[in-house]
Amino acid sequence: MIFLKLFLTFFKIGAFTFGGGYAMLPLMRQEVLANGWLSESQIINFIAVSESTPGPFAINMATYIGAETAGILGAICCTLGVVLPSFIIILIVAKFFLAFKENKWVAAVMSGLKPAVIGLIGSAVITVALEVFFPAGLNVSTFATIQFWISFAIFTLIMILFKIKVHPIILMAISAFLGIASGYLTELLV
Amino acid sequence: MKAKRILGLFLTFLKIGAFTFGGGYAMIPVIQREIVDKNGWIEEKDILDIIAIAESTPGPIAINSATFVGYQTAGFWGAVAATFGVVLPAFTIIYIISFFLRQFQELKAIKYAFMGIRAGVLSLLINALISMAKKCPKNIFSYIVAALSFLIVIIFDVNVLLVIIGCAVTGVVYALIAKNGGEGEKK
Repeated sequence: MIFLKLFLTFFKIGAFTFGGGYAMLPLMRQEVLANGWLSESQIINFIAVSESTPGPFAINMATYIGAETAGILGAICCTLGVVLPSFIIILIVAKFFLAFKENKWVAAVMSGLKPAVIGLIGSAVITVALEVFFPAGLNVSTFATIQFWISFAIFTLIMILFKIKVHPIILMAISAFLGIASGYLTELLV
Repeated sequence: MKAKRILGLFLTFLKIGAFTFGGGYAMIPVIQREIVDKNGWIEEKDILDIIAIAESTPGPIAINSATFVGYQTAGFWGAVAATFGVVLPAFTIIYIISFFLRQFQELKAIKYAFMGIRAGVLSLLINALISMAKKCPKNIFSYIVAALSFLIVIIFDVNVLLVIIGCAVTGVVYALIAKNGGEGEKK
């Protein structure tokens, strides 16, 4: 039953990812790919959409994956799934707020989780980089393609613009424009 | 009175959900302005607690903060109202976008646009990674855990869930060892 599967998968994602936002990406990516709900490039495309629309990253991703997989009911199942663990846990924590805040075991667990999230996001960065620069698989001949150098140029430019604090929505708009421009240009020239 | 407050929470978080981009941390200053300064529902000093709690419990920061603020302000139904409010705009907007994406994703221009966007997303991801790494405690233990979880996933493609659980356990074990070691030295 797809709805139950979507709900349980996103419940798991909501219950086991700490730090919110991008910290969810590694587990979400693995689960979505394992179930064949979206392709790697669809996931990356949608990160851009999430960045350019309001609201929490996790909710945006959950709603989209649910809608793509099983329509509006799928979207509701995923969103409910990703929200529910937080909701329940926070209600419990709010009751025992002070005890929780000063608990040394919570601190100990977090000392392991914080660096883990960095490592996991690092691994997601590598897989995204491979998909962006080597969509046909790691191969030396890729360096000879125009597509590789276009992607590389856009990537470098956005890195620089990010450093001078251009808003992510503008960055996504610039990337989209450059993608379209270079796409049609190579079509004309090649 | 309480019903009015619950409705107020719903509307406030609806606004927060509809107008903050990037989720999570971007919402904290808006929560401060709307909940503390404008309505006085919770106190200024509690804002810091919200961040601490949201970070050390699982799930999206935005949901954690909304549920927490809602509960502190008006109990269980306050939590429901705030959480529902913060989710609703994102859900609606994304559902509509997913509909259009399906219609247009085969268009050549859209394909080219996403080709550019994917390269841009990579740089957003790298920058998110850098800013999170800056906030992470800087000690040998952190470096080892980060490096190992990175390598285990990238080389052996181990389930991310297992890595998360493993690192939580490692944190507890390390705390126990550090504690015993510390006591041993005192003796």
